Amino acid sequence: MKFNAMTAVAALMLAVPGIAAADPDDDTLIINGELEMTTKAPLPAHMEDVNMDQIMSGWHFRSDETQALEMDDFDNPGMIFVDAGRDQWNAVEGSEGKSCASCHEDESSMTGVRAVYPKWDEKAGEVQTVAMQINDCRVNNMGAEPYKYDSGPMANMEALIALQSRGMPVNVKIDGPAQETWEKGKEIYYTRFGQLELSCANCHEDNYGNMIRADHLSQGQINGFPTYRLKNAKLNTAHGRFKGCIRDTRAHTFSPGSDEFVALELYVASRGNGLSVEGPSVRN
Amino acid sequence: MAENVRPRVKAPKSASAGEVVVLKTLISHPMESGQRKDSSGNVIPRSIINRFTCEFNGESVVDVKMEPAISTNPYFEFEAKVPESGDFKFTWYDDDGSVYEDTQSVTVG
Amino acid sequence: MDFTRRETLVIGAAAAAVVTLPMPAMASAVDDAIAAFTGGADMGDSGVELDAPEIAENGNTVPIEVSAEGASAIMVLAAGNPTPGVATFNFGPLAGAQRAKTRIRLAGTQDVIAIAKLADGSFAKAQKNVKVTIGGCGG
Repeated sequence: MKFNAMTAVAALMLAVPGIAAADPDDDTLIINGELEMTTKAPLPAHMEDVNMDQIMSGWHFRSDETQALEMDDFDNPGMIFVDAGRDQWNAVEGSEGKSCASCHEDESSMTGVRAVYPKWDEKAGEVQTVAMQINDCRVNNMGAEPYKYDSGPMANMEALIALQSRGMPVNVKIDGPAQETWEKGKEIYYTRFGQLELSCANCHEDNYGNMIRADHLSQGQINGFPTYRLKNAKLNTAHGRFKGCIRDTRAHTFSPGSDEFVALELYVASRGNGLSVEGPSVRN
Repeated sequence: MAENVRPRVKAPKSASAGEVVVLKTLISHPMESGQRKDSSGNVIPRSIINRFTCEFNGESVVDVKMEPAISTNPYFEFEAKVPESGDFKFTWYDDDGSVYEDTQSVTVG
Repeated sequence: MDFTRRETLVIGAAAAAVVTLPMPAMASAVDDAIAAFTGGADMGDSGVELDAPEIAENGNTVPIEVSAEGASAIMVLAAGNPTPGVATFNFGPLAGAQRAKTRIRLAGTQDVIAIAKLADGSFAKAQKNVKVTIGGCGG
């Protein structure tokens, strides 16, 4: 268990249920009995100065029952939404009479995409997320309406695309033209927001493994997104989750799809460089 | 009819005569409990799947009466005896009268 | 405002009654469901198994498993839910085992109850307390 001043403060604040030793477990995530996932990895080079031993998937912080839901694709309710995403992939929409499949053929053409996004887009001159690319295709190539950024259809499509890279290591680029956006994301990560004056780091870097009330704080990794949450029984996007977290600090949050959240997504993704792409994962 | 209801079934394609096989089913459905309120404080009416059945060649494997305490996207796992080649028929009955079905063939060889 | 000792006692008793009223109401809903299933027959405590987590990470999706060898039916109740009914599994002649898994909603920490109608027509009951935790910051 990590211990520092913040932990002590948290201990005082959260003493009612008692601070249970809630360290992440050492289980191994093998999906469908065959795909072994990397759920613990050495710190990426850019995190050398961070007071952490290794990076860990949020899967390790969940109960055995919740973990089991991700170990078999049939038990994973997120797969319902992958099926829906596959229908969307093959559905012709918009003025150009095209579906995703018209240009990209089989969804397996998306293999490797989720692992390297968000990514600098030379043509657009900005860092783009998978969601932005999906909408870019819909608007400019299909002549269709964009999906709302953190909507159900968007999450479905992100889940279908993430699944094609499942098991591949997250490997987002943070140098070159992406660096400026990455730096901006890093600054947001360490900035305290809201009436509770909490930064991402206060919970997910300083206190992962500890309890916040009756819940178990993870490292806030996003390698498992989109993620099926038991809480709301649907797929949740990374930006939707960011929004929920910042709202809980009692702050005005940034919007899903905003420049701030795109930058934060790149930075948080880079903290998971080396973990397997897990989407669609299952969390509480 | 609830939107985007999609049954999923996991059943083996083949079995030996008399073998006991594990079946899993999952159906996308909100299972609105009738206990929740919308943003203006009105009770959202109950809308659930209230019954699930599995039959093999017309004979019952399991017949489940379901209440609002069954989670969103109802999941069942159970076991069935396969006496001969034939079809598993899975049926879900919605409060609104909709019926969702899936069939899986098993070959006994 | 002053209360006499008698008035205070009355108020206290009334308050206690208000607090405890929902309890018998709920207990009777559970009792009614059991009576409807068993016809008031006595229940043994062996022959039915109920597996549920000791602590559920989220009350929205709690995995449970029930089994009772040779049973024709197993009824599952959640004693602390607004309505106690969860599911009744009726096993047909082609059931490979009288066993089923599902995922259920629990409104809070409470007892989950499984009652089986066994092969000989008698009834058996199993009960397990499941603690439902409240999330971290509600996110």
